[in-house]
Amino acid sequence: MKTVKSAFKFKGGVHPDYNKELARDKAIERMPVPAELVISMSQHLGAPAKCIVKPGDYVVRGQLIGEKNGFISVPVYASASGLGQLIGEKNGFISVPVYASASGLVKAVEPRLGAAGGKAPAVILDTTAAPNSVNDGQSISESGESGEKREITLKPLDWKTATKEELLKRVEEAGICGMGGAGFPTSVKLNPPPQKRCEYLILNGAECEPYLTADCRLMIERADRIRVGVEIMRKVLGGPAVRIAIEANKPEAIAAMEKAFADIEGNVEIVVLPVLYPQGSEKHQIYATVGRIVPEPPALPCVVENVGTVAAIADAVEKGKILLSRVTTVSGDAVVEPKNIEAPLGTKYADLVAFCGGAKEPPAKVLSGGTMMGFAVSTLEIGTTKTTSGLLLLSKKRVVQYTSQACINCGRCLRACPMLLNPAEISKAVEANDIKSAEPRKPRRPRPRRSEECPLNEQPTANN
Amino acid sequence: MKPKDTAEHYILSSSPHTHSHASVSRIMLDVIVALLPTTAAGIWFFGMPAVWTIATCVSTCLVTEAVCRLAMKRDNTIGDLSAVVTGLLLALNLPAGIPLWMAVVGSVFAIFIAKQVFGGLGMNPFNPALAARAFMLISFTGPMTTWLKPYWWRTPEAVTTATPLATMKTWFVAEATASATPPGLCNHACTGFPSLWQMAIGEMPGCIGEVSAIALALGAIYLLWRKVITWHIPVIFLATVFAYSLISGGAPAMAQVLTGGVMIGACFMATDYVTSPTTAKGKLIFGFGCGLLCMLIRQFGGYPEGCSFAILIMNAVCPLINRWTQPRPFGAR
Repeated sequence: MKTVKSAFKFKGGVHPDYNKELARDKAIERMPVPAELVISMSQHLGAPAKCIVKPGDYVVRGQLIGEKNGFISVPVYASASGLGQLIGEKNGFISVPVYASASGLVKAVEPRLGAAGGKAPAVILDTTAAPNSVNDGQSISESGESGEKREITLKPLDWKTATKEELLKRVEEAGICGMGGAGFPTSVKLNPPPQKRCEYLILNGAECEPYLTADCRLMIERADRIRVGVEIMRKVLGGPAVRIAIEANKPEAIAAMEKAFADIEGNVEIVVLPVLYPQGSEKHQIYATVGRIVPEPPALPCVVENVGTVAAIADAVEKGKILLSRVTTVSGDAVVEPKNIEAPLGTKYADLVAFCGGAKEPPAKVLSGGTMMGFAVSTLEIGTTKTTSGLLLLSKKRVVQYTSQACINCGRCLRACPMLLNPAEISKAVEANDIKSAEPRKPRRPRPRRSEECPLNEQPTANN
Repeated sequence: MKPKDTAEHYILSSSPHTHSHASVSRIMLDVIVALLPTTAAGIWFFGMPAVWTIATCVSTCLVTEAVCRLAMKRDNTIGDLSAVVTGLLLALNLPAGIPLWMAVVGSVFAIFIAKQVFGGLGMNPFNPALAARAFMLISFTGPMTTWLKPYWWRTPEAVTTATPLATMKTWFVAEATASATPPGLCNHACTGFPSLWQMAIGEMPGCIGEVSAIALALGAIYLLWRKVITWHIPVIFLATVFAYSLISGGAPAMAQVLTGGVMIGACFMATDYVTSPTTAKGKLIFGFGCGLLCMLIRQFGGYPEGCSFAILIMNAVCPLINRWTQPRPFGAR
């Protein structure tokens, strides 16, 4: 194991205000189960899970409430994975099960607003209600770690003796999906087509989003879990080389990971990335760590996984823990005390804010996620999901509101664009309703084939 | 039950939720600040006529902009300061003694014909100030080529003179006709030809803002430091002019760079965002083209100065250069 500096710098990128110092030194706090949970059936990429409980049911923490469900008729490429599996066609189903993250009474099953703005079915759970029935079927442990009386856990596995199939099944059963933000089903990612060998497993610990420190704290405090997760994933993927990508502004995390991985065998390197947004973008991270450019459509022998997901895999296998909680950074200048909180999935934003002492002043803007890619939300009644990495409350002075001025071709967007597009030209073409001009004309000089959802597009100037 | 949150008060917008605070107005303000040294130098050398010309151009441009926007029933855009930049640049490219009504006509042309007719800021194919200058040079050739001497008030008997460029033009001719005098050596000996130092500080006849190379360089350094412009266009432009004059002979290469509109052209006119390429590669081609055309006109053209025409021609080619130099998307083959 050695630590190296990233040898490859992608073109473009920006340096937004990071503001990570607000929550960087706050140890992860476990939040007690709030009185009400809003557990969405759509916490992952793909079809929402199918709800199998109804109002009046009493559920136990860890009980399955949303079945894997959904059929994707169009072939969807795993843009989240360098290996480029054709999902949908191969698997037919891409979905992730949802479990009750606390025991309680199902008050309602109804469509609820999600962070991204759409509505998805959600289970509203009253966690203060007394049990009215006892569920059976799975083993019920009497001492849940969350302090609850009842919790359903899976049988712990010894990853050294378990088969690849057992491990994959466990990842799937535990309801694990990518916790970096995209929510890609992890069992699909870890199961590439047999003819494709995974050469690199890249751990994404860049956390380049401003304000967010959840992954950083996880690397500092749970480096041992991440190490176990890496060993499990290495086994499942057939022994790829491991690259742990961390941005240079997290020296504590780098030190903790160095310590945890000091005696690991095989080809493992910690790659220190220069601070530059978007180092956490999968394509750019693959380039920054192993120097390979992901072609279109994606096909590279690399699997990139967020450090939080890796820790969740370790817990699911070694401890039999279903993914029922995650670490979320609650920050922003309008929060009384910014914190990194491990809260049950479905905890309402309002409860997270209350756990941080409330708001100093009425926030002007509330973001689910960071300031670059996060979603502005209209209400605090939204429940957290497996991909809620942050909740930001920004005061009026942090919120920039402006009327866009004419594009003057300053070229800042071109210099900032890490996808090497020409945002100015695309924007003008779209404004002129000339979609064709925004698309490629000749293969020699391809224009954007698909414009990634890009926060930098609007970043540098008034030209948007 | 009382709703706990105040949903309607949260601002909703698409990402990103952070901003670099760059804006058109801020960029234009930077350009104005960068033009202050050369403006001051112009006033120092040419006195009150320079002040009046600058004031006339800037105010006419602002009024024309406001009137145009009003007539088109669009937002008033004088707040973006682009009209101030156009007015100032135009004034700095005029001889100090120009009749003020001509400056008014030129300013109206710059804003109305060269800019708003095409749709306003960002849509104009040619640099408005340069287009107006070219228009005035053709329409009012006499006054546009009548130059005040620096400190003309000290020598009231002869206040106008030829520019060094006009003198240098004759050297090109002299060389072409195999004259016995090697023109390069003429330098200080030639009557009235300024020394390199005089050229650098700007003590020579010329347009208000083009004479002081040092003041222009200061402004350019400010723009580079503020990251308003990149080095590509100015450096390649000036290097091309320098290299061309080394190869072609005629006037000394430094004199070619320091006189006429090359400095202001390379630093402030050719770097105009709207009318120059956006990619680094495109900027290199653009800068080279400007320098080459400028020298070709100086050597072979009818006018002693070719800088503004060179930039205008390259403005016209800019969309083509942009097309040739589109970046290839990350991952595209």
